[in-house]
Amino acid sequence: MELTLEWMRWTVPTAIFCSTIILTVIAMAVWQTLAPSLERRGFLPIPTTPGDRLFIGILSSAYIFFAWIGLTHFALWILLIIVVCWIIIVMVWG
Amino acid sequence: MEKWPNNKAWLLVLPVFVIVAFSAIIPLMTVINYSVQDIFGPGQSVFVGTEWFREMLADHRLHDALWRQFVFSGLVLLIEMPLGILIALAMPKKGWGVAVCLVTVALPLLIPWNTIGTIWMIFTRPDIGLFGAGMNNLMGIPFDHTDNWLDAWITVMLMEVWHWTPLVVLMAYAGLRAIPEVYYQAARIDGASAWSTFLYIQLPKMRGVLTIAFLLRFMDSFLIYAEPFVLTGGGPGNSTTFLSIYLVKIALLQFDLGPGGAFSLIYFVIVLLFCFIFYQALLRVGKGEKV
Repeated sequence: MELTLEWMRWTVPTAIFCSTIILTVIAMAVWQTLAPSLERRGFLPIPTTPGDRLFIGILSSAYIFFAWIGLTHFALWILLIIVVCWIIIVMVWG
Repeated sequence: MEKWPNNKAWLLVLPVFVIVAFSAIIPLMTVINYSVQDIFGPGQSVFVGTEWFREMLADHRLHDALWRQFVFSGLVLLIEMPLGILIALAMPKKGWGVAVCLVTVALPLLIPWNTIGTIWMIFTRPDIGLFGAGMNNLMGIPFDHTDNWLDAWITVMLMEVWHWTPLVVLMAYAGLRAIPEVYYQAARIDGASAWSTFLYIQLPKMRGVLTIAFLLRFMDSFLIYAEPFVLTGGGPGNSTTFLSIYLVKIALLQFDLGPGGAFSLIYFVIVLLFCFIFYQALLRVGKGEKV
């Protein structure tokens, strides 16, 4: 049997999307293993570690994406900028 | 307690990690790939961007199924949690009755989910079912879960409560048994009523297990598929079409892999949010409480 990835039907945008997330998670894992951070309180209602904040940032970005797609017809690159800024804000001050 | 210096045992988790990677992450990435394409067959697909997301987010049948799902999960929790605690409180504390009660209560949990749907389908049939025929012929109340949406909902709720309340009962009972006798002795010395014993001793002491029961019941009822699918098939009309039933209809019966993928991701993100909230709640249960 020939093993191909044809059934997964990769496209360039989804490949970039998935590898970005996987690389971010790996980078987080390496960073937190080398220099573990403590929980702290930011503007979020719960004390969080950087990993928690990354998860919260990505998950809330999914909701921002759905709201953007469902409610507006603006271009997607604007959303990308907003989402990246949002994740950075959550990571730094969350 | 001293921290164990050697953490190499974590490597034993590695096989599970690999299995999860294959069974969860690769399919998830495939779903992401499907959700941005219109797939006609092997090797034939067109990139459509966010079109399916737009379509599914504007789909009023998805909105209806989502609200139905929240109403269903809400009702499940409202009925099963108090009922489970009541049954656990009423169960015997020692003697031969304990084993009898535990086995009897746990029986519905041992039955395969499809079988439960079949049992209740036959049980509630208006022509030959004990419950259905009894309601129609003995009680004189017209009851037909294949025709009337309210009857269908009552049947699904009855089945769900019968199937899953035992889980709440078992957990609440375990929580009750873990309370040391001295608390009750202290309550008796203070002359506390049964109600205040429940409110100030039993309920706070059961908080951990009840939180877990709450989470399990919410997630299971939110993802419910097999039982209502066998019992009502989502009908009559769409009145018992919950999210997973609608999803299977789109992705497998109509073979719309693109919209199905987009729907799956929306469903996944909703479930993920609740998992996160519940996980945070679980972490905080019992914090600041010294045992």
